[in-house]
Amino acid sequence: MFAREDDVLAAAERWRRDGRGVALATVLETWGSAPRPVGSHLVIDETGNFLGSVSGGCVEGAVVNEAIDVIASGQPRTLEFGVADEAAWTVGLSCGGRICVYVEPVM
Amino acid sequence: MRLDLLASFNAERAVRRACVVVTALGSGDQRLVRAAEVADDPLAPALRAALASGRSGVVGEGAERAFLTVEIPAPRLLVIGAVHISQALAPMAAIAGFDTTILDPRTAFATAERFPEVPVIAEWPDVALPAYGLDPFTAMVALTHDPKIDDPALVEALKAGCFYIGALGSRRTHAKRLDRLAAHGFDAQTLARLHAPIGLDIGAASPPEIAVAVLAEVIQALRKPRPSQAAEAAA
Repeated sequence: MFAREDDVLAAAERWRRDGRGVALATVLETWGSAPRPVGSHLVIDETGNFLGSVSGGCVEGAVVNEAIDVIASGQPRTLEFGVADEAAWTVGLSCGGRICVYVEPVM
Repeated sequence: MRLDLLASFNAERAVRRACVVVTALGSGDQRLVRAAEVADDPLAPALRAALASGRSGVVGEGAERAFLTVEIPAPRLLVIGAVHISQALAPMAAIAGFDTTILDPRTAFATAERFPEVPVIAEWPDVALPAYGLDPFTAMVALTHDPKIDDPALVEALKAGCFYIGALGSRRTHAKRLDRLAAHGFDAQTLARLHAPIGLDIGAASPPEIAVAVLAEVIQALRKPRPSQAAEAAA
């Protein structure tokens, strides 16, 4: 099912009320070409289930991993992603853009 | 985000009221500012600009840096007429993100079988529109060709300031329509808000092609409003 922003924030609330550990990731800033606009959301639970998107699928995996730490620590953090360094196999955006993502726990 | 703040945010969204969540990026402090409360907020000018544009973003510098999560109601599309064009338009509009509803008092047309993807209201506009609640975040397209059905709906859309109002019909049909609507007391500037002939001029021929042209024009009105429209929305 195609997830709309409504569903993402509604899911964040519903998952938390169900007693799950939940984090909300939000695109804070973008530079150059970026697939998802500022304000786009991704909601993640403690077991790595997620809904929504902050990129075209390039960095969601990394955001989910960070989100699981954020749920455990209760501390928000800011992540930055740029162009991937292919030699190092790091996470990046193949479109050449850069994005900044805020990951916060839902408490 | 605190769960109670998220719940309040979602509650505002559910009743189609504009609001902003302010996140102080230094401290992580957050607050919900409803559109009606903007004047009392320290960030009032930035919040006003954000609500007018509908765009989320970072404001301020250094310790004052904050992120504004802007929520304006999801766009809706009300289609007057459960006709052939509507059958193509409804699923496409739903995929494009519009909460789409079909309204047609003719019960032979307005059936769930013909429109499996979206809600269908088999009522006259004057009966159904008060409960539907037209607003500036709603687009209306009138596709019945029947003034008895289209006209009352268009009158209400003009009064409510819908962000897009379009009506099917040739230039000649539309000229007669403008005469009838003028009799309701609308001035020329207000009537100029009506899009007719409806849809972007892409040479659409078949009903599904016309539906594409109509949806494209609705999206254009939403994302690239005419200067006068943008001024109205900000006011």
